[in-house]
Amino acid sequence: MTTTPSISGTELTDPQTQALLLKLTVLADDEIILAHRNGEWTGHAPILEEDIALANIAQDELGHAGLYLSLAQTLGGSDPDQVAFWRGPDDYRNTRLVELPKGDWAFTMVRQFLYDTAEALWLEAATRSTYAPLAEIAAKAVREEKFHVQHTALWVERLALGTPESERRTQAALTELWPHAAQLFQPVKGEDELTAAGILPDLTAVHARWTDLVTRHLVDKSGLTLPDAPTTQPGRDTHTEHLAPLLEEMQSVARQHPDAEVW
Amino acid sequence: MEDSTPSTINHQLSTIWAALAQIPDPEIPVVSITDMGMVRDVTVGDTGRVTVTFTPTFSGCPALHVIRESIEQAVRDLGVADVEVRSTLTPPWTTDWIGDDARERLRQYGIAPPAPTGEGQLIQLDAEPTRCPRCGSLNVRMTASFGPTLCKRMYVCDACREPFEGFKSV
Repeated sequence: MTTTPSISGTELTDPQTQALLLKLTVLADDEIILAHRNGEWTGHAPILEEDIALANIAQDELGHAGLYLSLAQTLGGSDPDQVAFWRGPDDYRNTRLVELPKGDWAFTMVRQFLYDTAEALWLEAATRSTYAPLAEIAAKAVREEKFHVQHTALWVERLALGTPESERRTQAALTELWPHAAQLFQPVKGEDELTAAGILPDLTAVHARWTDLVTRHLVDKSGLTLPDAPTTQPGRDTHTEHLAPLLEEMQSVARQHPDAEVW
Repeated sequence: MEDSTPSTINHQLSTIWAALAQIPDPEIPVVSITDMGMVRDVTVGDTGRVTVTFTPTFSGCPALHVIRESIEQAVRDLGVADVEVRSTLTPPWTTDWIGDDARERLRQYGIAPPAPTGEGQLIQLDAEPTRCPRCGSLNVRMTASFGPTLCKRMYVCDACREPFEGFKSV
C-alpha cells in the first residue's frame, strides 16, 4: 500500500539518498525472500496452527517489505511491484540465509529465530532514526516483529530440549545457518555515512546486542552449541543456486500476465 | 463549539464521522473502523474536498484496500464528489485506542479484548495475561500465537473449557 509520510525529516544529500535506496532494497529483499520460503510451508507444516502461524509471519514480512519499498519509491525508487517481480537473481540483494531451501521444521524455526531477533533489534534501534519516515516505519514494524520473536524463540527452545532427534536436527540447523546469519550485519555501500548522520542504526552495536541475545537463548537456555563465526563473507550480490528457482516460481504469475492490473 | 468554523462544515464533519462509524472492520464486523481507532482525521477543504486519514492496524493486513475503498464509498454516498483517503503510520496504531464500548462488544462476540500495552519491553518472550471472554477466568492457555487473522491468537480456558480468540496487545 502507499504510505504518505507526514514528516519529511532530514533533508538528504544525493549520496545519502543513493545509500538509503540501497539499504531499503536490501531490507525489503530479505523480507520478500524469507516470506516466500515461509509460504512454502502452507499446507505442509507439522500442524494446522503452525501452517497459519507461518502464513501470518510471511504476511507481516511482506507488509514490512511494502513499507520499505514504498519509502524507496518516494525517494525516487521504482514501483514496489516492479522491484519484487521484475528483477532477476543478479539484482536481488538478499542474504544467503533467507534464500536457502526451507529444509525441515528445525531448520525453518532456527532460521526464523536468527532473522527475527536481528530484525527486531535493528527496528528497535531504527525507531530512533533522525530520518522521520524511517523511524515511523520502524515503530510500526517492531510491534509486529515481537510476536515473531516470541513464537520462534519458544519453538527453538522446545526443539532443542525435546527428543534426541529434535535436538540433533536443531543443532544441525544452527551449525549450517550460523555463518550465513552474520551476513545480516554486513553494511551496504555508504551505510557508514548514514549511520554517522543518525539516519541508520549503528550496525556493529545491533550485531553485538544480537549476539548477546541469541547466545543467551540458544546456548544458556536451550543447550545448543554455537559454531565459530566466519571470518569472511560473500557480498549480497553473490547468491546460491537456490535463488533463481525461487524467483522463477515467485514471479511466474506477474511475468505471465505483465499487463494485469489486479492480482 | 464557539469558534469561527462555519456551522455547515461542522455539520458536515459530524455527518462524515457518523458515516465512517457505520463501516465494519472487514475481519471483525462486530466493531467499526472508528471503534478500532483507525480513522485519525477528517478534514473538509475550501473546495469541498474531504480528506480522511486512517492508520493501518497491521502493515500486512490484507483488508487494507477494502477499508480504503469502504471509506471512499461511504463519503461519496453523502454526496461528496472529491474524496481523498490517506494513510499514516504516525503515531503507530495501538490496541489502546479501542474504545470501552467496542471492547465489551468484542468480549460478547467471544474475542478476549486486548490487555493494555503498558510500558513493557518491546522485545519480550512472554505473552500478556488474558481473561476468558466467557467466564472471566485467567486460567487460560494460549494454544496458537497466531490466529485466523494477524490481530488474534487462539486460547483455551481451563476453567470453562471453552476455546476462544484473543486480541493481541499491540
